[in-house]
Amino acid sequence: MGVLTDDDPRATAKPPSAITKRAQRVWSCWPAPTDRTDSMALLSAITSLANPSRFASFADRALPWAAGVTAVLFAAALYLALFVAPPDYQQGETVRIMFIHVPSAWLAMFAYVLMAAASLGVLIWRHPIADVSAKAAAPLGAAFTFLALATGSLWGKPMWGAWWVWDARLTSFLILFLMYLGLMALRSAMEEPSRAAKACAILTLVGSVNIPIIKFSVDWWNTLHQPASVIRAGKPTMDASILIPLLVAALAFTALFTTLHLAGMRTELIRRRLRTLRLTTAARATLSPEPAE
Amino acid sequence: MSSPLAAVLRRDLALARGGGGGLGLVFFLLVVTLTPFAVGPDLALLGRIGSAILWLGALLATLLGLDRLLQADHEDGGLDLMHLAPASLELMIAAKILAHWLTTGLPLVIAAPLFGVMLGVGPEATLKVAAALAVGTPALACLGAVGAALTVGLRRGGLLAPVLILPLAIPVLIFGVAASDPAAETVGPLGVLAGLALGYAVLGPFASAAALRLLRD
Amino acid sequence: MTGPHAAFIIASYAIAFTVIAGLILWTVADWRLTRRALAELEARGGRRRPDGGRT
Repeated sequence: MGVLTDDDPRATAKPPSAITKRAQRVWSCWPAPTDRTDSMALLSAITSLANPSRFASFADRALPWAAGVTAVLFAAALYLALFVAPPDYQQGETVRIMFIHVPSAWLAMFAYVLMAAASLGVLIWRHPIADVSAKAAAPLGAAFTFLALATGSLWGKPMWGAWWVWDARLTSFLILFLMYLGLMALRSAMEEPSRAAKACAILTLVGSVNIPIIKFSVDWWNTLHQPASVIRAGKPTMDASILIPLLVAALAFTALFTTLHLAGMRTELIRRRLRTLRLTTAARATLSPEPAE
Repeated sequence: MSSPLAAVLRRDLALARGGGGGLGLVFFLLVVTLTPFAVGPDLALLGRIGSAILWLGALLATLLGLDRLLQADHEDGGLDLMHLAPASLELMIAAKILAHWLTTGLPLVIAAPLFGVMLGVGPEATLKVAAALAVGTPALACLGAVGAALTVGLRRGGLLAPVLILPLAIPVLIFGVAASDPAAETVGPLGVLAGLALGYAVLGPFASAAALRLLRD
Repeated sequence: MTGPHAAFIIASYAIAFTVIAGLILWTVADWRLTRRALAELEARGGRRRPDGGRT
């Protein structure tokens, strides 16, 4: 983990580049929401980030800090999880898997909630930043859902004696994983970003309506077929010696998600700019063919 | 029923009579035929898992057939006419789903008892499967319409729509199979299934119409 | 970290490390490649625009 966190700030800590400045010039024609809402200072501070060029410069400034905070939190979480937290009286040392499993599961759900909120932004306010956020969150959500499934399986083997058990929670997360994959497949099947944005927003919202129904059905199905679950992971009481490392780990994972999401959104903004530039150059080349060099 | 809706319904029913409606039924029969080859011709075992097989077959036949719901209209320009029609798009989509269910879903429901006999499912369980399918397949058609609307006009849409919709169809499968269980005495699962069908009957047309409208340009 | 289930714990942390490292590397690589592509295109566009003005 040390190599990883050392590498991260170096890679993302970049001063506002010439490209960002160029991007600011090009995006300056964008209507700034702050111009009209100067009476509402707080709201305007938030909505000003919805301007793509302002968001790009904000991301440039915030990313080194976010990466640094992530590195510090991960160092603390690893120390607490591996050396401070005592083994559980029931589960023994395997409780240490929980410090990865639970934060991953939390982010798996958080990413979907974020995407649902962004989808409302796409459909109601038609804002491009909302879709950039939804697009950047999908692979992260899928990755953390995968991590929750993999660590859940590894946790389950010593507890249940099987690599995979059709437990209500694991099954729900498997369905969530499939929904992430479906969203990513739909996006990759559509070439034009604005069409893909609307289609993915509708699918995300239909999915978010369905998630409570799926959760309820899977829980009901599980009680029908499997009367008693073998473990109820720390539900009733959780000792502070376990809870504090878990909270720090959850914070570290959330900081990691924020950093990666911010970086992904910044890349996506550049990618969309690249796409429009390519289209305009192609259009210019076909309209007025230049003399061969 | 106002006349544009009747027109949509009549047109889709007439088009389905021209062919294509029976393909889903053949697919359903194929799933039932493949099962003994996969698990062995043991009638006792087949009878135990029979209602689950019938549900899986009907689920797949309904959702795989749904790419025809809007694709033909997209190709011949019928969708553009529906956008211009005086009736609301939601109601016209609902009429299309109804026509699609009458031509592809209803045959599955009617054929299910026959296929149940082939799988060694008891008479009471067979009737329960048919009843559950009669309630559940409209819910699947409404959900599938969303997938069809989202992928209309895509070159790779054929497999994509089921991949998007199948995870969302899991509650229908869970309560459908539970309602088909001959050992269960209560009608609770069937009630939940009916509730799901009503909910999806609202959600499906609205989400499909929203998708068609937003993706039109 | 020792005990009968040490392998499961080590495997969990290894998988978490691999997934997170993969995400970070993918994010950084994506950013660099996209930025480079944009820089190249803009450099080419900057050369081409005066040409287009002359013709």
